[in-house]
Amino acid sequence: MHGRPRKSATPVDENASALKAAKIRSLQTQFLQNHHNNIYTKEALELNAKLLEINPEFMTAWNYRKLAFEHNISSQSEVEKADSDHIKSIIDEELRVVENALRKNFKSYGAWDHRKWVVSKGNSSTERELKLLNLFQKQDTRNFHAWNYRRFIAGLKNISDEKELQFTTDMINDNFSNYSAWHNRSVLLTHLLEKKVEGYSPKEIFLTEEYEFVRNAVFTDPDDQSGWFYHLWLLDQTVKVDMPIMISSWPPCGSDINLPIANKVTFPVVLYFNETVKGLNSHTVSVETESDVSKDITWSPLSTNKFGCGQAWVTHLSIPHQELNSSKTYEVKIRSEDSQGITSLSGVPCSQPWSFSFRVSVCLDEKQSFGKITFTDESFCTIDTSLKSIQLLKSYFEVTKSDDEHPTSSKWKLEMIASEIAQYRELLTWAECKIGKLTLARLLMAHDAMMSTGTSITHVEEVLELYSELMKLDPPHYQYYKNEHSLVLLKQMTSCMESLLKYCWQYKESSSLNITGSICLRLNSLSLSRIGSFERLLWVQSLDLSHNQLHSIEGLEALQLLSCLNLSHNKLTSFTALEPLRFLKSLKVLNVSHNEIGAHTVDTRRYLCSSPMSHTLSYDPSFEEFANGDDAKLVNFWEAYSIFGGLNLMQLDVVGNVIVDDERFVLFLVKLLPQLKWLDGEELH
Amino acid sequence: MAETESYPPIDPTNFDLIVVGTGLPESIIAAAASAAGKTVLHLDHNPFYGSHYSSLTLQDLTSFLRSHSEIPKTNPPQSDDTETLDVNPRPLYSDVEISSYDDSLEEHSRKFNLDLAGPRVLFCADSAVNLLLKSSANQYVEFKNIDANYIGDGNGNLMNVPDSKSAVFKDKTMKYSEKNQLNSFFKLVQGHLEAVKSVDVAVDDEKIISDEDLESPFVVFMDKMKLPPKIKSIILYAIAMVDYDQDAGESCKDILKTKDGIDRLALYHSSVGRFPNALGALIYPIYGQGELPQAFCRRAAVKGCLYVLRMPVISVLLNKDNGNYKGVKLVSGQELTSDKLVMDPSFTITSSNSPSNVSKLARGICITNSALKPDISSCLVIYPPRSLYPDQATSIRVLQLGSSLAVSPSGKFVFYISVVCDNAIEGKKSLQAAIDDLFSLHSDETESKELKPTLLWSALYIQDLIEGSVGPVVMTPTPDGNLNYNDLLDATSKLFKKLYPDDEFFPETSNTDSSDKIEDDSEVVLDS
Repeated sequence: MHGRPRKSATPVDENASALKAAKIRSLQTQFLQNHHNNIYTKEALELNAKLLEINPEFMTAWNYRKLAFEHNISSQSEVEKADSDHIKSIIDEELRVVENALRKNFKSYGAWDHRKWVVSKGNSSTERELKLLNLFQKQDTRNFHAWNYRRFIAGLKNISDEKELQFTTDMINDNFSNYSAWHNRSVLLTHLLEKKVEGYSPKEIFLTEEYEFVRNAVFTDPDDQSGWFYHLWLLDQTVKVDMPIMISSWPPCGSDINLPIANKVTFPVVLYFNETVKGLNSHTVSVETESDVSKDITWSPLSTNKFGCGQAWVTHLSIPHQELNSSKTYEVKIRSEDSQGITSLSGVPCSQPWSFSFRVSVCLDEKQSFGKITFTDESFCTIDTSLKSIQLLKSYFEVTKSDDEHPTSSKWKLEMIASEIAQYRELLTWAECKIGKLTLARLLMAHDAMMSTGTSITHVEEVLELYSELMKLDPPHYQYYKNEHSLVLLKQMTSCMESLLKYCWQYKESSSLNITGSICLRLNSLSLSRIGSFERLLWVQSLDLSHNQLHSIEGLEALQLLSCLNLSHNKLTSFTALEPLRFLKSLKVLNVSHNEIGAHTVDTRRYLCSSPMSHTLSYDPSFEEFANGDDAKLVNFWEAYSIFGGLNLMQLDVVGNVIVDDERFVLFLVKLLPQLKWLDGEELH
Repeated sequence: MAETESYPPIDPTNFDLIVVGTGLPESIIAAAASAAGKTVLHLDHNPFYGSHYSSLTLQDLTSFLRSHSEIPKTNPPQSDDTETLDVNPRPLYSDVEISSYDDSLEEHSRKFNLDLAGPRVLFCADSAVNLLLKSSANQYVEFKNIDANYIGDGNGNLMNVPDSKSAVFKDKTMKYSEKNQLNSFFKLVQGHLEAVKSVDVAVDDEKIISDEDLESPFVVFMDKMKLPPKIKSIILYAIAMVDYDQDAGESCKDILKTKDGIDRLALYHSSVGRFPNALGALIYPIYGQGELPQAFCRRAAVKGCLYVLRMPVISVLLNKDNGNYKGVKLVSGQELTSDKLVMDPSFTITSSNSPSNVSKLARGICITNSALKPDISSCLVIYPPRSLYPDQATSIRVLQLGSSLAVSPSGKFVFYISVVCDNAIEGKKSLQAAIDDLFSLHSDETESKELKPTLLWSALYIQDLIEGSVGPVVMTPTPDGNLNYNDLLDATSKLFKKLYPDDEFFPETSNTDSSDKIEDDSEVVLDS
């Protein structure tokens, strides 16, 4: 129950509870003895029931009842078997025990679970279950156990979703401050939508009604967040594209890329989707080079925290050595073969086939010595827009969005969101309400996302302003607003070619161009706490993110061409925060100086501390051998090992992190990275 | 002397208290005095309980109104000695106008229980309900909730009163901005009340409404909170149940202060949901308001009070030595003595000066063949000032009751209308305006568009408003113009305090501890 003050115990209460404890202990001992000896007599069950009435949280006791139930059903005599009343009486007894336990504590997981178990055996009346539910849901309207059980009963007894929906309407009408009721509503509507039940399809019809319904709640009491949460769900239903779509790639569609010849010519192909997908393999996506279909293609997901799925997928193509001919261009075609096989995490297939092609040519690699690469302003000059690489960049801003949607539907969505925006703008003129501002920011972004086909983003300034206000208004959630602010800012910067070019710089010295590429994207000193918009950045080879407030570089793994990365002066607290780097096989230059690595012994943002024993990273047994003698700092060293072990870094800056106070660590790094030429600005050997 | 024989002699002849009239205040005093251990004789010259608070059949109501509106023949003083004062009837009603458009109603006369003092309801959390529980009189009455509250716009439209958070949410007529403003105001008031109640003063200090605002007129405070006229009107007239136009400025007779407005809002909101089986804020006793005085009379009888109906008192006896009250003389000729006497306002005693300029109240009772809204059996309708006609100075309240409350035969609906007024003309004008807005007169006229209930019968009358007074004898107040009994009960308990300063007004009985009380609470309302 909500809003009931807690009373501190008086000596009388304490006495009573001591007595109760003694009673429970004695019951418990007897019960466990019965349990141990498989005694399922009537007396034993009564004893168990007594115990559960006092303490419904005792899972073992519930499990014992289940065993007893099974035992008594299977061991009944022939006469009893013929008598359906006998089974019924056993079931009724179980239900009675649960009911008593629930009276004691109607938030007992064990009791609700036992009831489900018994009821699923059949032979019990739906009416009675619904009556019980009505009783509990009247006493505590948001009790999620009861709501959960209600869904179970509705499913078991085939109560129609429409009927249950009406129940949520009634409950919300009584008191709309009911998260459980709103939640159940979203569950039921999802079912109705999936089944395309009459009246709920097309979804515009019911969405309009639902927007109106929830608007009443949020306008009546904007501080009550229950309605707002439902509104977020509605917004998601409105803007969500119902299936995964491939939205960007490297190399981009129709592009010409030129590769330097080294020992062999391999290059990554990256596919970037609008959401995390699974199921990419040589059967679902084909690669055709010069009308020759490659058979042995392996697509790997680029993801640090999920297995077998990812928003970005990569494969490495190579051009056969004997064919290396600088005058020849190779046409490569990537095509979805079985788009049904590619699905979102919830199983929705990517039902639209897609394909794209690009051309590859090779050039001679002029071997150059590797000089130290710096990210100071002096190293750069303004970009020459006639550069060849600019052409490549341009292809990311050409209209690629397919018109997959019905035009009236998207028009409706746009109008719906525009009208919601107008409503909530009005609301915010009288009520200073944080979740209202947050919703408005999300609505505006959704509106822009629908409008944008390469056109300018109209509401970004307002959204940025909203997040700035929220940071001040609601300090406990500062980091969340900050992250959103950063993502919107990046969206704005990458919204069009012109704006992105403002952040692109050209290296003055051409000596190391084979490492850095000719363009450096400089997103430094923007106070970013998160990064995003990767679908527009797949071409980036050199990236400067220094002097921001990054805690994480999640998503950076999609930038497979990245060879130079500056992360200095951020707020990275551990090597595990650098995990995306494990996927960046081209990385040569890395600057993580002046972060907080090693400053926090326990990374509170993770459930598990990273260690050779934890399962977040696959354990490499050679580490123990490698780190022999350095076991004192095993944990931190392990992290560095797991991140840097597979990289061929030539230049690394780690100065200004607590961890390098330990000299052994520096030695460890030198040993770990045999190719390293520059460490903290000093040339090795 | 056949006449005297029909009046049985009363024994004993000396009491602590004699009460004349069985209206609600008299019945409560009788019950309270009996509970305090006094010997009480309760008399009424009518053959029924309730006096001016009773619920009567159609015929009885008609004759009661007629008989109490005639200027009585002033009896020649029966004795001119200083030891007796003559008791004369005082006509409380005037301008009685009874119209019947359907003769068949007379046949069902006995199936009606018509309140003399309607419209009146109880708020679930009001002092009348508390008193019923405290005195255990609740066991003799059953209630049902009033299904809906409406506010009339004067054009025949009735809008639901958005009187709680969930009602605001459900309302279909208000703009979103209005919903926000109204609920924000509810929250402001609630926040204030909680902050005032909370022990920890520092926590919610900023939520407390300043003393300056509390003393200012409620309407000024609402203006300060930027509430639009529509919302102000809902709060003032349909929730706080204010009589006089609060926007009339200086000329308004009774300006509601913010603190009182807040109390009324609090009463309303604590009424919603007090009893799990009552849906709204308002409840009404099954069989009519007349059940309430009877319940208290029964309570008094349990405690030993003696009851004699059809027993007029003809004169008051005074003590020869000091001229103080001594006893009463009954129509039977019997003389009874007591320490104290309480009389209902139907009488004047020759010595006491009747107030010359009494306030008036216009009441109307209407019977129709259908309800205002098809599925709503009982409802309250408020016409705020100026809603029906430009110079309507006070709000008009209408209560519709159906046969589910056992006040009418099935298919017939009873409406009570009341409005405070300066004079009969003004009062009648208001009543008529409400009637015109709600009903159509003849069913045969095929105004198919208007689905208004057809008026079958009506009684319009003006009632004098007389407050309770303490003279040689205690006089109880007439029914007032409020929707609930709060003011009447206040006045009654004050009269009791005057009578018995040392006795508690219904002491808390020892055998009911607080946990029983909660169970009692839910028994107040019995839904069928």
